[in-house]
Parts: sequence; C-alpha cells; structure tokens
Amino acid sequence: MDVILENLPLYWNGFLRTLFLSAVSGVIALVLGTLLAAARVSPVAALRGFSTVYVEVLRNTPLTIAFFFAAIVLPRLGVKFEQFEIAAIIALSTYTAAFIAEAVRSGVNSVPVGQAEAARSIGMNFGQVLNLIILPQALRTVVPPLINILIALVKNSSVAGAFFVLELFGYGRQLANANGDAVIPVLLGVAFFYLLLTVPLGILASTVERKVAIAR
Amino acid sequence: MSSVLYDVPGPKARRISLIGSIVGSLLILGLLAWIIMTFAQQGIFEGRRWQIFTRADVWMLLGNGLGATLSAAALAAVIAFPLGLLLCLLRISDAAFIRIPTRVVLEFLRGMPVVLMMLFVLLGFGTSPFIAVVTGLVLYNSAVFAEIIRAGIQSLPKGQREAGLAIGLTSFKSRMLIELPQAVRRMMPSLVAQMVVLLKDTSLGYIVAYGELLRAVQVMADFLGTQFLFPIFFVAAAIYIAINILVSRIAVWIERRGSKKAAGGVAKAEPEAAEAPVP
Repeated sequence: MDVILENLPLYWNGFLRTLFLSAVSGVIALVLGTLLAAARVSPVAALRGFSTVYVEVLRNTPLTIAFFFAAIVLPRLGVKFEQFEIAAIIALSTYTAAFIAEAVRSGVNSVPVGQAEAARSIGMNFGQVLNLIILPQALRTVVPPLINILIALVKNSSVAGAFFVLELFGYGRQLANANGDAVIPVLLGVAFFYLLLTVPLGILASTVERKVAIAR
Repeated sequence: MSSVLYDVPGPKARRISLIGSIVGSLLILGLLAWIIMTFAQQGIFEGRRWQIFTRADVWMLLGNGLGATLSAAALAAVIAFPLGLLLCLLRISDAAFIRIPTRVVLEFLRGMPVVLMMLFVLLGFGTSPFIAVVTGLVLYNSAVFAEIIRAGIQSLPKGQREAGLAIGLTSFKSRMLIELPQAVRRMMPSLVAQMVVLLKDTSLGYIVAYGELLRAVQVMADFLGTQFLFPIFFVAAAIYIAINILVSRIAVWIERRGSKKAAGGVAKAEPEAAEAPVP
C-alpha cells in the first residue's frame, strides 16, 4: 500500500496520459470510423471497396501488430516521430476506427428501410438522406456499442506502455520492476486506475442503452 | 438496404458514379503508389531483403512462433470456455450471495486490460511467460464468454425455463439441459467472434516476452539485421491476419447457417442441440 501512496504522482501522470491517449485516439477514430461507414454505403464502388478492405483487414489485425508497425517498423522506413505518443495515437485510432465503422454501419442498417424511402420520396439526395435522416437515428442506436468500443480503447491504450509511451501501464511496469518485493500491490494500483475509467463508462453504456435507445 | 439510400442510377448518375469510382480508385492507387515509392526508396523491395525467405530456418522460426501463438490460444480457449459456462451459471444463480460477488468479479475482469493481467501473473507469481499469457487470456475471455452466454440465456423465451421446472427438473438441471444448450447454440457467432479476439490477444504475449509470432519477428530482425525487419514483419502480419480472417469467416458462416435454419419457420425441438460445436 505504501508503494502506491509514495508513487501516487506517477500513477496520476500515467492516468492523465492514458486519458489523453484515449481521448485523442477516440475522437480521431470516431471521425475516421464514421467516414469509413459512410464510404461503405456510398454509391461509389471504389470507396465501398476501400472501406470494406480497410475494415476487414484492420479488424483482424492484432493491436500489438498495429503498434509494432507504427512504433518500430515505420521509423525504420524513414517515417520518424518526434514522440512515440504520435505512433501510439496512429495505431490506436486506425485500429479503433475499423470497429467504429462496423458499429455505425450496422446502426445504419438498423434504421428501417421506410425511413430512407420516405426521405428519398420527398426528394432528398444521398447526402441529405444520410445526414438528416439515417445518421441521426443510426448514431442513437450505436451509442451503447460505441461506448463499449471506447472502453476497449481505454484498455487497449495499455499496449502503448509497451511501445515506449509512459502511460498507466508503462509506469506500472517501471514501478513493478523498481519494487520487486511489492509487485502485486503496484499492479493492483494500476488496475484500480483502469477500473476508474472503464467501470463508469460501462455503467454509462448500460444507462444510455436503456434511456437513449429508441423503442421500435 | 443501402441501395434504398439513393435512386437506381440512371445513365447520367452511372456516368458520375463511374467517374467517381475512377477518381476514387486513382486516389487510392496514388496513395498506395506513394507508400510503395517511399518504401522503395528505403530499399524495401531489393531482392536480397526477401531472399531470406528462401532459407528454411527463417520459416522454421516463423513456424515456431506461429505454433506458440496457436498453442497459447488453443489452450486458453479450451480452459476459458468451460470456465465461462461456470461463471455464467454463478452469475445467474438464484442465490444473491453467489450472484452478486460473481458479478463484481466479472466486472473487474472485463474492465482490465488483458496485458495488465498477463504482467500481473508473470511478475506477481513468477510464472513462465506461457502460463502468464494463457492465464491472462483465460481470465479475461472466460468473463466475456460468461456475459455472452448470459445474454443468450436471457434472450430465450421464459417458457423454456418454466417448462423445465414444470416437468420437475431442478433449477440447475433446467439450466444445464434446457437453457444452456440453446443459449450456446444461439450465441455461437458471438462466441466464435470472441475466439478471434482471443487469437488476436495472444500477440500481447510479445509484451510479456512470450515467444509468439511477433516476438519471433523481433528476434529474427535483431539476429539477421534490421534491414530484414520489414519483410519478416510483413509476412508475419499477413499470416496473423489471414488466420483471423479465416476464423471470422467461420463465424459469419455459422451465423448465416443459423439464420437460414431460423428462417425455416417451424420452431421444433432440437435434439442435436446437446452436441453444440466446441468453439
């Protein structure tokens, strides 16, 4: 217990860094994922194809491979990063975007056909149908799965700790190595800070699921 | 469904779409070409870098890494599935003093990064990396399996359990004989999809120094020289992704087969449900 209290500032730094990584990657992934989902249902075959391949490949790529690519392979190929955070954000957001795209797409598919038909019949074009009718409804249906993806993102950001980024997991590993006699309390402390993020998000997801979801 | 979003394209729209497709393809091809050019400048495509794949020992090391990956995943899956069933039964137990602690444990396990659990086992208990990887995977995935199966049981019509109890089965027997087989069968696609997650997560073993596929890549790159990093990484990533896509396809196939059966209409008793396929 003393180990945790003594190193509380480190934990706090790590916690903030984890929060930062998750927030930035989350925002990028949400934007990218929604764009990919839109491309997936668009009339342009090339965009559809690209989106399909992207989602299929990234969803089946282990996150560690994505990190390895961004943090170790890319610098060897001449793409240098000032900070490893950038590599971590690239890996996390491109990986998460694929899952968000899938969630949004299944949300789009969950909107009854009549909605799109009605919108079409009053003369809206593709962009209007998508922006004004489908996406607002689809986003509501996908909010709970999206929160679950964000929870996974927070947990996944721990992989960054193994690729030269000092966030919660990275500090935890350092502390565990420095305090060989108190490994279990040190790591339980790390676990506590992760739960501090994931458990409220999980509760939020189930609350939102009950309240926001439209009853059809 | 998506075709409802826009009109059946007429000649003009088809032309625009064609132009869009061509422009889009060109953009994507241009991006790919730029990436390939950048890589080429680094000498990635020189034959000698790829010649290492003519060496048997490179393939042997990759094979060892793949074997380590698959054996950790297989062992973890074999342990996690029954454990998940057990946790699910505890989670929906009639007794609150069993149900509530189980719920807390499940929330705890699902809210933690898998890699943290692996490190915890590795350092906290001083085990071998293999045991740490398998334990981490088992702890996390059994919790997820439990939640999936619970969702399956809750999606069953109430009458199933009532009928079970009415013919004099005990609560436990009704769960085991009536509800679980149906729930597992119903949730098969999700369970197989979770298997992909499990398989992907074995790559976290890299972080706790388990000699899986990615670690094999690193070791070979350190040993043979960093100029071989990209070719080896490329091949290993391709192997990983190919296996995962294969398992995902199986999940989709099971889902299609299941929905075809459901579309068949008549909800008849399923005597073969007892031999639900092992994930």
